[in-house]
Amino acid sequence: MVDVTNRAEKYRSVAYYGGCALEGSGNGYDVSTRAIAKELGLGLKEVTDWNCCGAMEVKNIDPKVQTYLSSRVLSNAVNLDKADVVMAPCNGCYHNLKKAEYDLSHDDKSVEVVDMLSKKAGHPTYKAGQAETIHALDWLKHTVGEDGIRARTKGKLDGLKVANYYGCMYVRPRHIFPEKDKGPGTESTSKPHFMDDLLDAAGAKSVDFALKTACCGGAHTLSDSDTSTKLVLNILEAAEASGAEVIATECPTCHSGLEMHQVRAEKKFGRKTKVKILYFTQLLGLALGIKPRKLGIHTNISDSIDFLVDKRIV
Amino acid sequence: MTADGAVIESGEAQTTVRAAFDAIEAEIDRVAGDTGCDPAAAAGAFLGLGERVLEIWVEGRGDVPTRDQKEGFRLLALHRQGAKGEPSFNACRETCRELAYHYNLITLEPGHAETPQRVRVMGLVVRHLCLFVSGKMQVAGLGEFCCSSKPLRGDGK
Repeated sequence: MVDVTNRAEKYRSVAYYGGCALEGSGNGYDVSTRAIAKELGLGLKEVTDWNCCGAMEVKNIDPKVQTYLSSRVLSNAVNLDKADVVMAPCNGCYHNLKKAEYDLSHDDKSVEVVDMLSKKAGHPTYKAGQAETIHALDWLKHTVGEDGIRARTKGKLDGLKVANYYGCMYVRPRHIFPEKDKGPGTESTSKPHFMDDLLDAAGAKSVDFALKTACCGGAHTLSDSDTSTKLVLNILEAAEASGAEVIATECPTCHSGLEMHQVRAEKKFGRKTKVKILYFTQLLGLALGIKPRKLGIHTNISDSIDFLVDKRIV
Repeated sequence: MTADGAVIESGEAQTTVRAAFDAIEAEIDRVAGDTGCDPAAAAGAFLGLGERVLEIWVEGRGDVPTRDQKEGFRLLALHRQGAKGEPSFNACRETCRELAYHYNLITLEPGHAETPQRVRVMGLVVRHLCLFVSGKMQVAGLGEFCCSSKPLRGDGK
């Protein structure tokens, strides 16, 4: 069974599964995650020969193949990298690895299919409980924590009003996240707060954001762009109505959607919003004194440099 | 009819559903734009529009919308009814709960300094519910989770 005690020590060195999005459109998330790991002295070892988690594309055709693909990532982490913790910053990857873990614990057919495909592919079959999958938020919350962030950042984000946007895959469906909703110190699936906690510790002021887990319309982006744009516009306007200057994100799909549809909303519907969009790792990196370029802020579509200069954050 | 019984695939039915959602969006705009509106009345209107959104979903699945309440809100009972057998519908559970929360905030403290902001946010929350559910209606039968699709899967497992 996965040992969930002494997380502070256990999570200090983890297998890192960035996934496909962080190699492309979510590159700023990847470089900022690696940069703060280096700054904080945390170990990230990229999973050897990793593959796609199965995302939505494979899941839509055959969910058991998606379970297999995620299990292969876990198998490589366990058997090739000798890791017992896999950290996935992408909500999609995190969700799929957790779902694979759940399926392999509860569904004999999934176990059978994964074993058959693993043997065919020539690698050891991943068995439920061999590794623990965590999100970047779990990783930072349990290793450095609010006190550590507070001590290292000295209120660098002082007064920055942030709407923390978690998206849907970080908390749903609840049953694949058995460690959540366990009371004080654990994450909530209805009102997630780990990002709020970490950024507030760096001096930011997290606003009460009603749509923090609402759908960003990511899956509609290609099939029904207007619905995606309207959903995103609504999130952006709700953040602004809540007093936020910045939306902090922790999912590359949500992040790209917010950025692209912010531009599209202005072009298509003439609705301009000013709220900036940054990965929470970029904000924490700035709070730790890391240069914006090393955090990939220049690769964001949402241009926030002037704003950050005005706020004296850079 | 879709594989799981939603009566929305014919052009006529879809037009009807589309028209219903358009009407709801227009009403959200009207209430949100009425700056002279009593906050409690606006909150009641938004809550009612949220219920109407969920009624359309429930009716689309061939059920009769419940008149029951959950935790004092028909909206929450309707959500529970709409999510039966459709786990992906839980993606709007917190949106519904935020609507109920804002209704309470506004009606219990109408004189609060933040009431205008709360009314604005409640309007945006109900609009999100409307957009989300209307999107799901367009692709009804899709989604084991959130917006990911399932009809390509054959048996849907």
